[in-house]
Amino acid sequence: MTFLHFLGLTFGVFVTLGTLSFLYKDNPFYKIAEHLVVGVSAGYFVIILWHNGLVPKLFQKLADGDWYYGFMNASHWEYIIPAILGVMMFTRFSKDYSWLSRWPMALYIGISAGLAIPLEMSTKVNKQLHAMMVEIDWVNFTGHDGFNLLDITSGLSQVLIMIGTMSAIIYFFFSKEHTGAFGGIAKLGIWVLMIGFGASFGFTVMARISLFINRLQDTFAWGNTAFDATNQNYNAGFPIVFWCFVAFVVGYIIYEIVSHLRRPASAS
Amino acid sequence: METFEKLMKLDRRWVYLLLIIVCVWAYASDFTVPILVEPEVAVIYNRIDSLPEGSVVLVAIDYDPNNLAELHPMTYAIVEHCWRKKVKTIFTSLSQNGPGMADQAIRDITDSLSRDHEYNGIEFKGREIVNGVDYCFLGYKPYYAIVILGMGQAFKLPFPTDYYGTPLDSVPMMKDIINYGQVDLVVDISGGNITDAWIAYGQSRFGFPLALGLTGVMTAQYYPFLGSGQVIGIMGGLLGAAQYEELADNPGRAKDGMRVQLPAHIVIIIFIIMGNVGYFANRRRLKKEGGAV
Amino acid sequence: MRRQLPFALVFIFGLFMIFQFFVPHEKSEAAYEFLLDWIIVIGIFALALGIWSLFKVSVEKIKLGKEGAQYSYLTLVGLYLMVAFGFTQQTGEGWGLYFLWLVLCSACIVGLMRLRAATNSGEKRMWGMVSIGLLIAAVLVAIFDDAWAFFLYTPEGLENSMFRAFFDYVMMPILATMFSLLAFYIASAAYRAFRARNVLASLLLLAALLVMSRFNPFIPGAEYVAKASNWLMNVPNLAAQRAIVVGIGLGIVATALKVILGIERGYMGKG
Repeated sequence: MTFLHFLGLTFGVFVTLGTLSFLYKDNPFYKIAEHLVVGVSAGYFVIILWHNGLVPKLFQKLADGDWYYGFMNASHWEYIIPAILGVMMFTRFSKDYSWLSRWPMALYIGISAGLAIPLEMSTKVNKQLHAMMVEIDWVNFTGHDGFNLLDITSGLSQVLIMIGTMSAIIYFFFSKEHTGAFGGIAKLGIWVLMIGFGASFGFTVMARISLFINRLQDTFAWGNTAFDATNQNYNAGFPIVFWCFVAFVVGYIIYEIVSHLRRPASAS
Repeated sequence: METFEKLMKLDRRWVYLLLIIVCVWAYASDFTVPILVEPEVAVIYNRIDSLPEGSVVLVAIDYDPNNLAELHPMTYAIVEHCWRKKVKTIFTSLSQNGPGMADQAIRDITDSLSRDHEYNGIEFKGREIVNGVDYCFLGYKPYYAIVILGMGQAFKLPFPTDYYGTPLDSVPMMKDIINYGQVDLVVDISGGNITDAWIAYGQSRFGFPLALGLTGVMTAQYYPFLGSGQVIGIMGGLLGAAQYEELADNPGRAKDGMRVQLPAHIVIIIFIIMGNVGYFANRRRLKKEGGAV
Repeated sequence: MRRQLPFALVFIFGLFMIFQFFVPHEKSEAAYEFLLDWIIVIGIFALALGIWSLFKVSVEKIKLGKEGAQYSYLTLVGLYLMVAFGFTQQTGEGWGLYFLWLVLCSACIVGLMRLRAATNSGEKRMWGMVSIGLLIAAVLVAIFDDAWAFFLYTPEGLENSMFRAFFDYVMMPILATMFSLLAFYIASAAYRAFRARNVLASLLLLAALLVMSRFNPFIPGAEYVAKASNWLMNVPNLAAQRAIVVGIGLGIVATALKVILGIERGYMGKG
């Protein structure tokens, strides 16, 4: 960990706290972080598209051609066609020629739609319904190890999955009114769906907290690095930068508290 | 009753502050949470652990920094497991900022594996991980569904060169690896729709074994694919990553972070209970007063 | 012609891809690989559209002096810096005048934006001269400094330490933190909005509480809670999600068919 890398870590913590300050209120530090990341992300993507996309997929294919022949003498001259189609996408910005951008878009949409039909039907419909049509394990109907209702491979679980799936699918059929027996099954379906959504929510809570935990880990790691004397590149600058930054943050918090207290009661 | 009403109208910033205090306290405290391993994660670990030396695993790092909290630890755990078993890896990155994540992970893990370690009582000697021999990083291409289909024909169709510009024909480990047919396992670590494409366009068409590493938000949605056998295992969120680290005896950020998950979850459960107690108390009061609920 | 040709393209290529799935003949496979390759090249240009849009919006914001226009300078400088890092790399031990070159180019960009935003001819002349001066200085530094070089055709820029540093210390922390705000929003939502108003909401909350408690080893009956949660995920949750997946699959197939047959035309836009 060199001093420059430690400065980079410090900047990382600065933008972390700047972004988190949005929880209190919108402020210049948050705006700085937000606008900076938009520009840097766009620039990053330009480089990735160039080095990983255009160069190997287009320029290298046409490299053995000559520009004054329009690369028609290249061994892979056919790549000029997708290049022209790609450039036609930029006509979207023109009022008179934006209709040209529909051609490459039509190509992409047609190919994607054609690919989607057999594969999505197979994956999301056929294989899912096939997985439900299994022979019920009547021998181990209540569990493989004696009476165990929480056994997910028991016959009872298979029956519950089938009933749950069919009732939830019936719930989504809105062409018929949900009344009578049909309505009863649809009601069971919505109950099953609610359990599914509840499970999703439970996982979502963990997911969201994880995102904050990572920021905590990085901030603590930065603090530990500032005083890690075992680091071969350690110097007095590390703790100086650390304490300057802490002083800046504490100073800003005090400034906000004082501003808040000085504000007239009607304005708060 | 007025207390409940005041509590219900509490400024949300106090809620944020309480959560921050609980999380910081939990992280600063020194305690560990025992990790119970779920079968969905154990299947993935056992599959990789049973692979002989020289096998090939394709690790698709299809996430952005938004999801790095949950997915980066999975990447580290799986790739380190593969490399210490001398299983070769092919990396792809079908998300916009994925190449940077993959590049960082590769640098960190090659550095880590240069030192001796002990995992599950077995000593592993530090070794140099060589690009082109132990791994090949293919990089990024747009339109992930098309790329997944293209790789099924030949890896060099969508990726004529690797991320560093080396033609794939010149990469030593890719000489005998044409497409998914030579790959023993595909692990997709993803935070978005790319997983759907791997299942529909990859596994469905080419039939390779597919394991998933997902964010917590997505995990529940992919259980049908686990149930139908289209996917062999799922690592769900930070807990999934922690379970893999537990199995691999390679504690990392995921296990470290679980001690914050526990008190944070307890706080949120308390919030939900308080909110509902206040709601029912308020409803009862309004019913008594004969008002609308 | 302007609309008929695109519809014809969608129909022809859509049908071909469906046909190709069932006909793995050599010629069909060759055409299929051809098309996959072409689409990736077209996709690269399509994605560049978004970046051009961002550039245009930022420049417009500065030109019109809208609120928050000063932050657009940051966006443009950030964009420029990453592109510069990605196309340059050290050729020796040190960086030479690289950082001076970066500062000159960044200042030139700011000057050009001020030129665009200038309202009177005097201001325009001043900013024009400043921008040209900075540009000439930057070009001279680039020509005469040997410590670094441009690499447009080879990806040395991807291993530029500044490129990696900006990814590791700017992009990663900010993007990760932006999404970490959601942790607080979910806590606030849990407190204010998650009410067991009826049977359905109660069912949802109970399932959520069970799943949230599954990794807590300190509650009574923790082992059974974990097993019950595992059963909930693999039986009722699986059933619910399977129904949703089937519905999504049928929806995708129906929409794709409508697109191929020209019934769904939203993607064409107006005109």
